[in-house]
Amino acid sequence: MSVGATSTGLSERFAVSAGRRRRDRIARGAILAATLLALVPLALIVYYLLKKGLGSWSGSFFTTDPTGNTFFKSSSIGGIKSAILGTLEIVALASAISIPIGIGVAIWLVEYGRESWFAHSVRFFVDVLTGVPSIVFGLFVYIVLIVGTGSTYAGYKGSIALGLLMLPIVIRSGEVILLLVPNGLRESALALGAPRWKVIFRIVLPTALPGMVTGVLLAVARAAGETAPLLFTAAATLKTNFNLGEFMNSLPVQIYKDVTSPTQSVVNRAWGAALTLVLLILLLNLIARLVSRRSRLA
Amino acid sequence: MEAATVAAPGADRSTLQRSALERLPDRALKIVLTTLAGLILALIVYFFIRLVGQAKPAFAKEGVFGFTFSNEWNVSANRFGALPLVVGTLITSTIALIIGVPVAVATAIYLTELCPRRARAPLTVLIELLAAVPSVVYGLWGIFFLAPKLQGAEQWVADRLSFIPFIGGGLVTIPNYFITGLVLAVMILPIVSAISREVMTTVPTDHKEAALALGATRWEMIRIAVLPYCRSGIVGGAMLGLGRAIGETIAVTILIGDAPQLGHHVFGQGYSLAAVIANEFGEATGIHRSALFAAGLVLFVLTLLVNILARVFVMRAGRASGPPRAEDHGPSAGILAADTAAGA
Repeated sequence: MSVGATSTGLSERFAVSAGRRRRDRIARGAILAATLLALVPLALIVYYLLKKGLGSWSGSFFTTDPTGNTFFKSSSIGGIKSAILGTLEIVALASAISIPIGIGVAIWLVEYGRESWFAHSVRFFVDVLTGVPSIVFGLFVYIVLIVGTGSTYAGYKGSIALGLLMLPIVIRSGEVILLLVPNGLRESALALGAPRWKVIFRIVLPTALPGMVTGVLLAVARAAGETAPLLFTAAATLKTNFNLGEFMNSLPVQIYKDVTSPTQSVVNRAWGAALTLVLLILLLNLIARLVSRRSRLA
Repeated sequence: MEAATVAAPGADRSTLQRSALERLPDRALKIVLTTLAGLILALIVYFFIRLVGQAKPAFAKEGVFGFTFSNEWNVSANRFGALPLVVGTLITSTIALIIGVPVAVATAIYLTELCPRRARAPLTVLIELLAAVPSVVYGLWGIFFLAPKLQGAEQWVADRLSFIPFIGGGLVTIPNYFITGLVLAVMILPIVSAISREVMTTVPTDHKEAALALGATRWEMIRIAVLPYCRSGIVGGAMLGLGRAIGETIAVTILIGDAPQLGHHVFGQGYSLAAVIANEFGEATGIHRSALFAAGLVLFVLTLLVNILARVFVMRAGRASGPPRAEDHGPSAGILAADTAAGA
């Protein structure tokens, strides 16, 4: 790179030597190449999902339950209706459990806990929760709700496992957004004589809402793709079920079961289900991004 | 609101003070929220105690040390030594780090320092999309596309490098440690990249401009001003990625081959702590089930240690980046936000 000096003598004296210039070019080329390399798996996954997944989509794919029949051709193995509905039900209940609790804890951290040692330890433990492998949440729910009560798998137990998984994401993203609410707003409301709870519910939360929705949707998207916590909590079943107290199918578990099948048509169903699941998660991510763009904070 | 300021005549409190009844919702809200926060702490402690309780029979049979470090996982013989699982977990996550971290850091450098402004946002979205793909889909793609496609190349490498123990010499199977590590590398890429990016944006512009003013090229500026400043943040990000790789279950279960033995080389089949739980828990009873809980406990403790270490590093990076904002309650709130966002 030239230094931009007017006199030729000066520019010669400060000129970057050929070796350094070459090293600069090589390093920048390598960084660009690595960035492009990172995108290769994404492109390949999208390509294969579309190629294999669209092939297995058909009219009855979304409207029939899997039959459990794995030895014949594709017409008899059934579709993924119960898996789609199961995922929606389990994730909906998981959200209903974890979002109020998560936002409650986030509010406590920002409005009440602040810098106290108690708040710091809560933050620390929430971070610990973030790092807990998802299968360990499954084990936990299994110990408490299945061994502990002597009962068997049920959809709502899967929801609790997913809810635990979502909790730290909701809390941490909620906290970050609540911190962005200007203190001036809180102080003005308090100065006008509003009680704390009114300040929180009428001033702080509405201001933070769009940002919070983003964090929540990302947590939901994360939970929707999880297989491991559902394996020994909601289990798998074939038929569509609207009762969260019974066994429940879900898209990730259905894919996991189908992957190990030796029958080609069943594996194809796994691709179709995977495409459905990825589209569902992308949709949630897309909405999250649109909402965050409209947010006045950040 | 104003009603509160007009006190009843004769009351022995100031005209500005609210009555006990009016203060009730405030009190209640504070108590409820504090209880919620306390419950989170109680939950984790309770969780840990219950897990230890369930794992106890297996530890009693094999001994804590014997369980973790003896090399025999034989369900039919009732022998449960988790060494093959621990080693499988460590090998695959190490491969994931070796491949994933340099690429992730390079993407972070490119996006923060070299990228044309207009391409920055779309490229960031694309990298983050990698985090949106569910684990089971990575497994599906890995086993039906990546593993068969790469088998020939892996065999070629194994044959050429047969003089290096543990890498070369053996027969390459379709599910193996290396493929697992490779897919894990892709899976941890978004989080390591997000945290590295977050740390790199905290490098003061002064430092970078100073390097450029002294005649440094762009790469020299990155090497002198950016990378040393971000070192502990990048290490922290890599360790969070390591935590993810260790705990990753379904993709690993599909790709590692689920063979309860110590693999003889990188291209052989093995097992991991998380995979053994996912694969065997359904049929396990008695001491076998307890052994799986014990595996879960070892996994939990391992990820816990890695994550705590990671937080310490990331926190230190956050603290290094100048005075924290007045409203910032933790030095690394932004970094942690990047973490949770990338995890989603």
